[in-house]
Amino acid sequence: MARGFSPGRPRRGGLARAGRIARRSLLIGSAAVAGGVAFGVWRYTRPLPDPFADDAEAIALTPYVVIDAEGITLIAPRADKGQGSRWVQAALIAEELDIDPASARIEAGPVSRAYYNRALLAENLPFLPTDQGWLARNARAASDIPARLLGLQMTGGSSTVPDGFRKLREAGAVARETLKEAAALREGLDRAALGTEDGHVILPGGRRIPYTELAPDAARIEPVTTIVLRDPAQWRHLGKPMLRGDIIAKSTGTQAFGIDLRLPDMLYATVRAAPEGGRAGLIDDSAARAMPGVHSVTVIEGGVAVLAETTWHAFRAAEALVLDLTGPPGRPADSAAIWQALSDSLDARGHDSRNRNDGDVEAALGAGDGVIEAEYRVPFLAHAPMEPLNATVLVTDRACHIWAGTQIPDFVVTQTARLTGLPETAIRLDNQMIGGSFGRRLELDFILQAVRVAQSVPGRPVKMTWTREEDFAQSRPRPAQIARARGRMGAAGIEALDLTIASPSVMSSWFGRVWLNPPGPDISIVAGAWDQPFAIPHFRVTGKRAPDLAPVSSWRSVGASSTGFYLGSFMDEMFESAGIDPFDGLLRACNDDVSRAVIDEARRLCDWRGRQPGPGRGRGVAFCLSFGVPCAEVVEVEDTPDGLRITEAWAVADIGTVLDPVNAQAQLSGGMLFGLGHAMNCQITYADHRPEQQNFYDHDGMRLPQCPRVTTRLLENGPVRGLGEPGLPPAAAALANAIRAATGQRLRQMPFADQIRFA
Amino acid sequence: MELRINGLARRIEADPDMPLLWLLRDVLGLTGTKYGCGVAACGACMVHVDGQAVLACQTLIGDIEGEITTIEGLGTPDAPHPVQAAWIEQQVAQCGYCQSGQIMAAAALLAQNPDPSDDEIDAAMQGNLCRCATYPRIRAAIRSAALRLEAG
Ligand code: FES
Ligand code: FES
Repeated sequence: MARGFSPGRPRRGGLARAGRIARRSLLIGSAAVAGGVAFGVWRYTRPLPDPFADDAEAIALTPYVVIDAEGITLIAPRADKGQGSRWVQAALIAEELDIDPASARIEAGPVSRAYYNRALLAENLPFLPTDQGWLARNARAASDIPARLLGLQMTGGSSTVPDGFRKLREAGAVARETLKEAAALREGLDRAALGTEDGHVILPGGRRIPYTELAPDAARIEPVTTIVLRDPAQWRHLGKPMLRGDIIAKSTGTQAFGIDLRLPDMLYATVRAAPEGGRAGLIDDSAARAMPGVHSVTVIEGGVAVLAETTWHAFRAAEALVLDLTGPPGRPADSAAIWQALSDSLDARGHDSRNRNDGDVEAALGAGDGVIEAEYRVPFLAHAPMEPLNATVLVTDRACHIWAGTQIPDFVVTQTARLTGLPETAIRLDNQMIGGSFGRRLELDFILQAVRVAQSVPGRPVKMTWTREEDFAQSRPRPAQIARARGRMGAAGIEALDLTIASPSVMSSWFGRVWLNPPGPDISIVAGAWDQPFAIPHFRVTGKRAPDLAPVSSWRSVGASSTGFYLGSFMDEMFESAGIDPFDGLLRACNDDVSRAVIDEARRLCDWRGRQPGPGRGRGVAFCLSFGVPCAEVVEVEDTPDGLRITEAWAVADIGTVLDPVNAQAQLSGGMLFGLGHAMNCQITYADHRPEQQNFYDHDGMRLPQCPRVTTRLLENGPVRGLGEPGLPPAAAALANAIRAATGQRLRQMPFADQIRFA
Repeated sequence: MELRINGLARRIEADPDMPLLWLLRDVLGLTGTKYGCGVAACGACMVHVDGQAVLACQTLIGDIEGEITTIEGLGTPDAPHPVQAAWIEQQVAQCGYCQSGQIMAAAALLAQNPDPSDDEIDAAMQGNLCRCATYPRIRAAIRSAALRLEAG
């Protein structure tokens, strides 16, 4: 952190008075910080730890704006994994503060439970995302209570925007009005007579006082909380094409990622570890130790580390280790056994969840006539973010300093404290710019490993980097699943649809790794299916929980990455069986106006009715509502002599308010292409408890020659939402449906490249 | 051993078997060149040797004859190379981790072929993986860079 405050340093000055200022349940406060002022918001009177104070009794303020003599710092607490979220958080604050976001310093802020994420939990409640009824609304509003209890400062579920949309603008507006009040008092004027522009308060005569000059005064007065947020029509930055703050650095090799960190006297390390939960035995390290540049070999829990002069020396010596890495007892060892376990779970009695059970599916599908049935399979998939996982750690006898890119800073601190025996206040985490995550950085493994390695050389910083091979070996994949669908068409469209999904539980796997045990069903197994805006007279979605098969985790768009494929494919099969155009069928089934507009716009955008694909070509459409965002996608393929080629793809989504149009288009396109690439080309298979895929040559996603022409459209009819994930779920089904139309072949299992040749 | 890197002659004391990637990153602190796979499967480590695109993870320093250019030597935030300027204009980067390699591959392509066809772009760029799938903007930026280079 810059400008005279740092997350590791205790703050002086309390958050006095702030607790008395309430507007509805929303509290807004300011605090004096060295030479300036911090503004923030919070919603509950029961205190959360104040991120800027060591004093646990202090009232919690979530600071978003810090102004001191050196300038303005905006705090964007949600991690940036490449989706541009840090920038949009800053732009939300800057818009109301009346500064150019490019003129401010943007920081991740200290780790604090005051930055809890309410939107993330709201998505896990058993209410339809389109349900704006009072019960659903109240339950969503109350969802910040468990979020607060867990203290989740967490990035995920495309939740950054919905969580921050009001909160961050309010913080900016309170800061702006309080600075005006400070100027009004100083000049003996009425605040209403003052204006603001580009980081200055403007006096009636045109004189400009910089915010930085007013900050010390602002810290001494009661913050102004009677604010009115600006009408979006008056926004100067939000909603307009902006040059994202990190673009220049990322185009010139000057953006520092966690893996680029270099510290004086630093050692470079790598680890080879057993499969999660297994055991690592060191048989012989003599060759490794004898290699030049090697500092030491050290056995840590679950693995063996090499510390060396450079990453290369460490990698080379790690290859020379003779190890015995064994898988955990109790889990199936290979893919054949995993598929068998999934199949058994699908057929087993009982279920984990049945959130959707409209009409009477059993009766509607009882008599065999006209019932169609299909079974789908999706494989495990690795996150494999482009930046190999790494963490730099310095351990001393009194403190532990971590530099790492993480989506769960709070857990990093608590679990490091637990591991080292140090108090949480002695753990400092500097969150780093992240070179991709796709959910992988919701895991702690690589960071705790680096802490253990650093414990072997107290006083020396160690940068631990995984080889790409280790990244695959330590996959925390999305779950493999089997789904069975049954349905029947009626005169008015889909009459009955019954979907059953068998899956290992991401919730229990993930929470198990952070030593928690959440009760209740795992909604992520059926997310993207049970919650769809379809009025089907008899509609049932059942989740069945398979046993622990592999250390599964949240992978971009989580459950919907698979359920979008099942429903999107099966509905297409049903429409085809009845000779119904898939767009007509979808629109007939859909009972949500925001979603219908999305589907309709997709049909218009690709000129579905006008332009017919030529010979050897076919188009497919699919729809999925995930993370509150309805998204429809159309894919066109061509069967060429070199193999099947995706020629064009269209995506339409409704995110309520487009805050950063250039970046939002990239997210929608990127999500869709990520879905297409993995559906075509990727899987993680297991042998001897370990993933068989080792590097990008056997699990890469998509490369440029396979990338189609992409057209995207964003609509603004629904509530404000984020777009990191919703572009993904419809992609695989739209592709499978297009392949069916072009070739007659119906693909029900990923990866498609196992069954069809792509160009 | 002496190597010319970004226009400077540098005396190197390192194992000649060390891949150029690690010399750049861990010895010289030129961290704009990235490690992605180490096995010629991603292109994140791409640099130029005498203008040719080369994978730094596969190039041993003892074998290098010629002038090395890394992303830092191609251009700077204040004076970006035309390819970098096109990358900025198109806002190509998402996480950005692959982009040094993408830019080096595109710059080498355009230096040799100022007006590449779609197929030539595909062929030149297929070794550069982008997990964020920024490919549509990579294509647009290559087109835009070609125009910038032509305009001089
Ligand atoms: S790191 Fe050299 S090609 Fe991947
Ligand atoms: S921008 Fe993230 S890997 Fe290319």
